[in-house]
Amino acid sequence: MKQITVLSGKGGTGKTTITASFAVLGKNAVVADCDVDAPDLHLLLHPRIVNTQEFKGSKLAVIDESKCVKCGLCREKCRFDAITESFTVDSFSCEGCGVCKIVCPADVITLTERISGYAYISKTKYGFMAHAMLSPGEANSGKLVTLVRQSAQLLAEKENSDFIIIDGPPGIGCPVIASVTGVDAGLVVTEPTMSGIHDLKRTLQLLKHFNVPPFVCVNMYDINVDNTKKIESFCKENGIAIAGKIPFNPKVTEAMVDGKTIMEYSPKSAVAKEIENLYISMLEKQFFK
Amino acid sequence: MISIASGKGGTGKTSVAVNMALSIRNVQILDCDVEEPNAHLLLHPKISRIGPVYMHVPFVNEKLCDHCGKCSSFCQYNAIFVSPEKVLIFPELCHSCGGCTLVCPKKAITEDKHKIGTLKLAFVGDLELVYGELEVGEPMAVPVIREVKRQIDKNRNVILDSPPGTSCPVIETVKGSDFCILVTEPTPFGLHDLKIAVQVLEDMKIPLGVVVNRAGIGDKKVHKYCKEMDIPILLKIPYQRRIAELYSKGVPFSLEMQEWKGKFQMLFDEVRRLAGK
Repeated sequence: MKQITVLSGKGGTGKTTITASFAVLGKNAVVADCDVDAPDLHLLLHPRIVNTQEFKGSKLAVIDESKCVKCGLCREKCRFDAITESFTVDSFSCEGCGVCKIVCPADVITLTERISGYAYISKTKYGFMAHAMLSPGEANSGKLVTLVRQSAQLLAEKENSDFIIIDGPPGIGCPVIASVTGVDAGLVVTEPTMSGIHDLKRTLQLLKHFNVPPFVCVNMYDINVDNTKKIESFCKENGIAIAGKIPFNPKVTEAMVDGKTIMEYSPKSAVAKEIENLYISMLEKQFFK
Repeated sequence: MISIASGKGGTGKTSVAVNMALSIRNVQILDCDVEEPNAHLLLHPKISRIGPVYMHVPFVNEKLCDHCGKCSSFCQYNAIFVSPEKVLIFPELCHSCGGCTLVCPKKAITEDKHKIGTLKLAFVGDLELVYGELEVGEPMAVPVIREVKRQIDKNRNVILDSPPGTSCPVIETVKGSDFCILVTEPTPFGLHDLKIAVQVLEDMKIPLGVVVNRAGIGDKKVHKYCKEMDIPILLKIPYQRRIAELYSKGVPFSLEMQEWKGKFQMLFDEVRRLAGK
C-alpha cells in the first residue's frame, strides 16, 4: 500500500480538484482530507459518515474566580498572554501548557479537556474516506491530521487498498508536516505565478527535508506560459519530474458549483484527460511498473 | 489595524492587502503568512533589516539531572522524554511555555535558543513591509507571527495579511485587529470556508466584511449567504484575465489599472467607518 500526498504551499492551486479526481480514477484507494481547518473534499465526493470520533486537542486552563487571590503570578508566567487583566483565561490564546496551574499559590487553576474537533470515517461512491473538522479557531491541527491518517491506514489495511491519497493543507507548518511524514510521494500542485513559484520551492525543500520523493504538477499552466517554462527549467535543474500540466478551464469551477469532480462533470475535457495522464504517470507507472 | 483573512487559500488576500496598501497613505503591511509569505513578491521592496527568530527550548544539564521525570510528565506536548540513562528533547514539539524549568526540583533545566525563522523589515518608498519566514521543516508558525506583530507601528495604518485556514496561525494574526476583511471567491469551496472563518471572527468579536474576488465565476450563494447573515460585501473584484496575468507577473493590478486605486481607497474608508475609527 502506497501513500501519496497532494500539497501546494500556496492555497487555491487545485489540490482538492486533483485529489477528488484521483479518488474517482483510483479503483482501490482510500482518500484522506487532511486540510482539517478548511476541508473541501467532501463538497465534491459527498461522503456518508459511518463513524464519528471526538478529537481532544489541547487543554484549557480554567480559573476558579471565587477562590482566586489575584496575585498575578499566573499572568506573569504565562508566555501566551492568555490571562486577562481580570484574571480570566482567553481561550483563543491559551495553549494548555499548565504553567499557570503550577505557579498558582492558591491552587485554583485546573486544566480541562476541550473537544477541538471531530474525525470521521465515511463512504463515498468510490470507496472509503477519512476526514475531519477542526473546531473553528482551535489549535493542534497537526494532531488531528495524524488521527485522520491513522484512520485512513486502518481502512486501507482492512480493505487491502493499493493507495491512500491525501489532500494536504496549504502552507509548510505543522499540519503540512503531519500530512507528508512517511508518505511514498508528494505531488506539489502549483500555478505559473510568482507566488506559485516561490511557494513551490519552499514546498519542495520541505519534501526534501522529510525525504519524500517529489513530483510537480503545473495547474492552469497556460495562464502564464513564461512562468510555466521557468517552473519546468527549475524542476529539470533539480532533477524533479513534472508529472503533469493542466490547462485553465472554467469547467473546473462549473463542476465545483455542481458538486462534482471534473472527471464526472466533463470527462472528455482536456483537464480531465490531463488529470488522467497525471494519475497514470504518477501512480500506476511509478508504483506498479 | 485591519486584518485580511480568508478560510480558503488562494482567494486573493495578499492581492487585496497590497493593492489597498498602495492606494492609501502612511501604511505598514505585516505579512503574517510566515509559512508562505508572498506580499514581497508583489511589492518588490528594499530590505532594510534581517534578523533571526528564536524559540526557547529546554536544555538539560545532565550533571544536575537525577532523571526524576517531572519535566516529562508536566510537558503537555511530549517534547521531553526521560529514561533512566538519558533525557531526550524534541525541539519541534516544544511550545516554549517554560514549565519544565519551573517544575525541575534540581534546577537542571535552562533554556536554549532554537532558530525557527527569519524576520525581515523592508520599504517601498514610504510603505513599510514586515514579514517573517518560517524555517523549512519547523512546524510552529505562531511564534514567528508573534515576532512579526511585535513590529506593529501604532502611528500607521496597519494591514495584516493572514495565512489561510481558521486554526492557530490565523487566530494569532487577527487577534487585536479593529476589523477583518474576509476575501472569498463565489464558489462552493469559497463559501464553505468563508462560513468557518466568519464563525471564528464572530467568536473573537472582531467586526468583519467580505471582498468577493473573481466575481462572475461560480454561483450566487456567497451573496445570498452574506445577505442572510447581514455581512457587508465591501468590494467585488471581477474575474478578468488582465488581473490574473498581472498577478502572475508579480504586479499589483491597481498600479496598471488606475481606476482601482479609488476603489481600494473607498474600501479602506468604508472599513474605517464600519470599525468606528
